[in-house]
Amino acid sequence: MAKILMKGNEAVAEAAIRSGCRLYFAYPITPQSELIEYMARMMPKVNGTFLQAESEVSAINMVYGAAGCGKRVMTSSSSPGISLKMEGISYIAGAELPCVIVNVQRGGPGLGDIQPAQGDYFQATKGGGHGDYRLIVMAPSSVQEFADMASEAFDLADKYRNPVMILADGMLGQMMEPVEFKPSRSDEEIAEMWRQHESWCVCPNEDGDKKHHHEINSLEIDPQVLEKHVNDLYQKYGVIEKNEVRYEEFNVSDDNEILCVAWGTASRIVKSAINELKAAGKSVGLIRPINVWPYPYEAVAKAIGPKVKKVYVFELNTGQMLDDVKIAVNGKVPVDFWGKVGGIVFTPAEIQAKLEECF
Amino acid sequence: MEKIAYRPETLTKTPFTYCPGCLHGVAHRLIAEAVDEQGLVNQMTGVAPVGCSVFAYKFFNFDMAQAAHGRAPAVATGMKRARPDMHVFTYQGDGDLAAIGTAEIVHAANRGEHISVFFVNNAIYGMTGGQMAPTTLPEMKTTTSPYGRKTDDIGFPIRVSELLATLIAPYYIERVSLLSPADILKAKKAVSKAIQYNKEGRGFTFVEFISTCPTNWGIDPLKSREWAKENMLPFFKLGCLRDKGEGVE
Ligand SMILES: Cc1ncc(C[n+]2csc(CCOP(=O)(O)OP(=O)(O)O)c2C)c(N)n1
Ligand code: SF4
Ligand SMILES: [Mg+2]
Repeated sequence: MAKILMKGNEAVAEAAIRSGCRLYFAYPITPQSELIEYMARMMPKVNGTFLQAESEVSAINMVYGAAGCGKRVMTSSSSPGISLKMEGISYIAGAELPCVIVNVQRGGPGLGDIQPAQGDYFQATKGGGHGDYRLIVMAPSSVQEFADMASEAFDLADKYRNPVMILADGMLGQMMEPVEFKPSRSDEEIAEMWRQHESWCVCPNEDGDKKHHHEINSLEIDPQVLEKHVNDLYQKYGVIEKNEVRYEEFNVSDDNEILCVAWGTASRIVKSAINELKAAGKSVGLIRPINVWPYPYEAVAKAIGPKVKKVYVFELNTGQMLDDVKIAVNGKVPVDFWGKVGGIVFTPAEIQAKLEECF
Repeated sequence: MEKIAYRPETLTKTPFTYCPGCLHGVAHRLIAEAVDEQGLVNQMTGVAPVGCSVFAYKFFNFDMAQAAHGRAPAVATGMKRARPDMHVFTYQGDGDLAAIGTAEIVHAANRGEHISVFFVNNAIYGMTGGQMAPTTLPEMKTTTSPYGRKTDDIGFPIRVSELLATLIAPYYIERVSLLSPADILKAKKAVSKAIQYNKEGRGFTFVEFISTCPTNWGIDPLKSREWAKENMLPFFKLGCLRDKGEGVE
């Protein structure tokens, strides 16, 4: 298929529909509105459900209901709206329902602004909602990757019966890049995906011996039963940590004098700076976590080459992934951080200058 | 011979968790009987709230979901949209539906969502130990209105059925009571109608039950019914507010 020039917000929506998403519930917010508008236009064309909810709280609970019926369902929002979804996300994780949540992050805290930021890393990867649960969190750095992640996210959600978040930002949502889509899943394939959930989801009953009573539920009033449930969840998260670590190595070699770690939009800018420095004979590597949960701790540790003087973290926040990098580096070399906030995106020249100071 | 005492097929064998004399069990039974009678057990699904009836998902014999506090109408919306071939209801208390879940119920009703909502109004938060509800009567004492509900401070009880009847989309809205055998028979008719309209895909149907909470009111079960008749019914008038099937608009 030929490449199409598209905004990230539209590309992820198109890719979600192609991967079999037939229900979408959301509430408008900048900078993700192209996503909800695209769904409003396209869902009716595939006989899917588009519903503009009365709030993000309602939207995520509609997702809970639809996911409880075993169907591929998505919601999207930007930072303040994602905060409102946190209650529902905790319930979805507790009830072990598959779904995809897109966060096109903007500046915070509070109403913040509508420019790109990475301030929701803690919320996405360390909780956000209440209780012991984990989201699988994918962090795209291009429009193509944003689109590709839609179908990967649904597959992971189905595989582990766990909510998956795609943690993008206003830059990726708004910018246009060429993107190539995978072919659409056929109606038969989609029906087959739904059937795979019939052993647990809300579905019509049958007479006689086949009668079932499925419960979509996160309540376990008996502490012993809840203890077992949470431990089972943690076992599942352990499997995810083993199987689903994803990262990109960029210019990593034994010559590296600095190792950078950056994710999403920030990583693109760091790459440009690294290329400039390479031309000037200075060797800097980059680890880009593609999934930020589970986190590539080992990959970061292993990438610290013999000449590395410092690990440098760049984020569009005040240092959130920084904590994970420090865990990975575990005191082996100094860890430094530089970030920009308020929806202001650093330039390659600024990163280059920061890195040059280290040589 | 007609069987008059039996356990509806759509109730599981799980014993109810309600206090003796509580009317939640009666409301459950009415729903179960109606589902049985209309042969819907295989296509029915329900959403339990947060409140004393939180375990409703264990009591009904078909697939059930348990929702976050107040969110049942949104969950039911997601379920109905995902499975239009199934019939979906929510079961909610007054704190759940008329306080924390106000937005969800108003908008589900306003969309004319094809679900049934069964709303149990006992003028109090039962589960959490008797705090004030949006439906608590003026001057009524609760643990969070220990001097009585002061309307100049916290406003008047919300008449949810009347509120929803200002919307154009709802198909059927009726307030009934569970306070006497005669009223329970009328309540059964309303429940059956709501479920029948639901089955026929007519639109949003809503039944409000005037109920009691003997435990948190501190009044024994029989007297609490008398108390409710004297104090709740004058404020929450029984009757049908909307029935598009019978031309009541
Ligand atoms: C978000 C949230 N807030 C508060 C609670 C605590 N809570 C549980 S039940 C309840 C009130 C239920 O009252 P009502 O809906 O009237 O049901 P009843 O028990 O009277 O049948 C409250 C406040 C909760 N579980 N979740
Ligand atoms: S606390 Fe009140 S509403 Fe709850 S079960 Fe007991 S009597 Fe019923
Ligand atoms: Mg109550």
